[in-house]
Amino acid sequence: MEWLQQLINGISLGSIYALIALGYTMVYGIIKLINFAHGEVFMVGSFIGFISISVWGLGFFPALLLSMTACAIFGVLIERIAYKRLRNATRIAALITAIGVSLLIQNGVIYIRGAQPAAYPDVFANTSYNFFGAQISSQAILILSVSVALMLILQFIVHKTKIGKAMRAVSHDAEAAKLMGINVDNIISATFAIGSALAGAAGVIFGVYYTKIDPLMGVIPGVKAFVAAVLGGIGIIPGAMVGGLVLGVVETVVSALGFSLWRDAAAFIILILILIFRPAGIFGKNTREKV
Amino acid sequence: MSMLKVDNLNVYYGAIHALKGVSLEVNEGEVVTLIGANGAGKSTLLKTLSGLLKPKEGTIDYLGKSIAGSAAQSIVKAGISHVPEGRRVFANMTVEENIELGAFLRKDSQGIKQDFEKVYATFPRLLERRKQLSGTLSGGEQQMLAMGRAMMAKPRLLLLDEPSMGLAPLMVKTIFQVIKDINKEGTTILLVEQNANMALSIADRAYVIETGRVIISGTAEELQASEEVKLAYLGGH
Repeated sequence: MEWLQQLINGISLGSIYALIALGYTMVYGIIKLINFAHGEVFMVGSFIGFISISVWGLGFFPALLLSMTACAIFGVLIERIAYKRLRNATRIAALITAIGVSLLIQNGVIYIRGAQPAAYPDVFANTSYNFFGAQISSQAILILSVSVALMLILQFIVHKTKIGKAMRAVSHDAEAAKLMGINVDNIISATFAIGSALAGAAGVIFGVYYTKIDPLMGVIPGVKAFVAAVLGGIGIIPGAMVGGLVLGVVETVVSALGFSLWRDAAAFIILILILIFRPAGIFGKNTREKV
Repeated sequence: MSMLKVDNLNVYYGAIHALKGVSLEVNEGEVVTLIGANGAGKSTLLKTLSGLLKPKEGTIDYLGKSIAGSAAQSIVKAGISHVPEGRRVFANMTVEENIELGAFLRKDSQGIKQDFEKVYATFPRLLERRKQLSGTLSGGEQQMLAMGRAMMAKPRLLLLDEPSMGLAPLMVKTIFQVIKDINKEGTTILLVEQNANMALSIADRAYVIETGRVIISGTAEELQASEEVKLAYLGGH
């Protein structure tokens, strides 16, 4: 049952992409900015998890929560310091700023702790279960259940809570949302907080699963999560989840077929194809712009 | 006592001087209408009153307190709701969610529930469609939704921008009847309209705005009788 094994690997990888992609898509949905510093929030989250586990001796779940909280605050700080004053600037100015923030964080972390990688400590005894002939590690099961739980919580927040409804309102029409008495600045901060918390969770999960982390680890997963968000339809939350899973499975299948050197290329080929044939993404509607 | 007093208001849209020293007054319980051609500055005035635009000069006093330049949310909280031009409903959300958002700043869940029922009683069409995405509603239904949504904030002063725009004559009648009813129940109304006939028929007083200035003001009857207004805004009969 080789294919089942690969499918499970693909879904595990894909759920990490999906968690990161959610932050991209939520922020884009609300302020139309591709936050290229988002991959760095993922990296910082991974390091916070690393320190919590190996230095402070915390367990997986406390480390996860700590990392999510710290990243939420970090994300809001980035927004308040770097992006807020550019709210009425051209989109290219905000985009360039995002790339600058990304480089600043990468090099800031290297400055503080050096560029050498760190080995994530084992937080779980890794047992394998035999499932229809496929070996499934307890870690893969954990990753999947944590990711699914986080996505369900996100869906609940976005659709059932007051703040979630306000987020959807702001993303559709910020001016009309103001007329309801919604404080748009606070809602934008909340969006950054939630998206960054998910990236922090993805960072800890990534560390536990792939064991090696370093200050530049956010670059490739960050770009791939961006591809996943575009694939699903940027700005659309279920799109980011599906896009992440599809991308993870495609990459794993490409490796399994013996083209593991082409794995990264697969993601970018998908990006190019989607931009040519369906720029609005899987879930996006083709909207005509009124002139 | 005047509820809203605007004095010498100057507002710029970038480099464009959109309002040039506008002064007007709205008394508690009145229906006041602003009429004028496209681009005269009517919508700009409403947007400034609701905090979407900041005035460069001039004062806006509401219930004796200055609200010029205040944040939109504190103006909603003070009791002014604005139904914007083009309805601006949240098309990606259901009718029910839209109405709910109108009560965003309220905490009294019991009162919110009652007002929900009141909105549905006023607009039975919205009750039928409450689970539908509001983007799928007709223009008239969207206007009802935008008004119902605004009423959820329990405003003392309701700003209405072109409620009749693009609606069939029968629907315009329905909407204007509702405006009259809302006013009868104690909400003061400032109504912007291009349909001057219709607006003057329900208004107590009116202002005519031309290129950012108030050029005529008076009671609705006076304006309906004025030759100048008849010629320019009432179709010349």
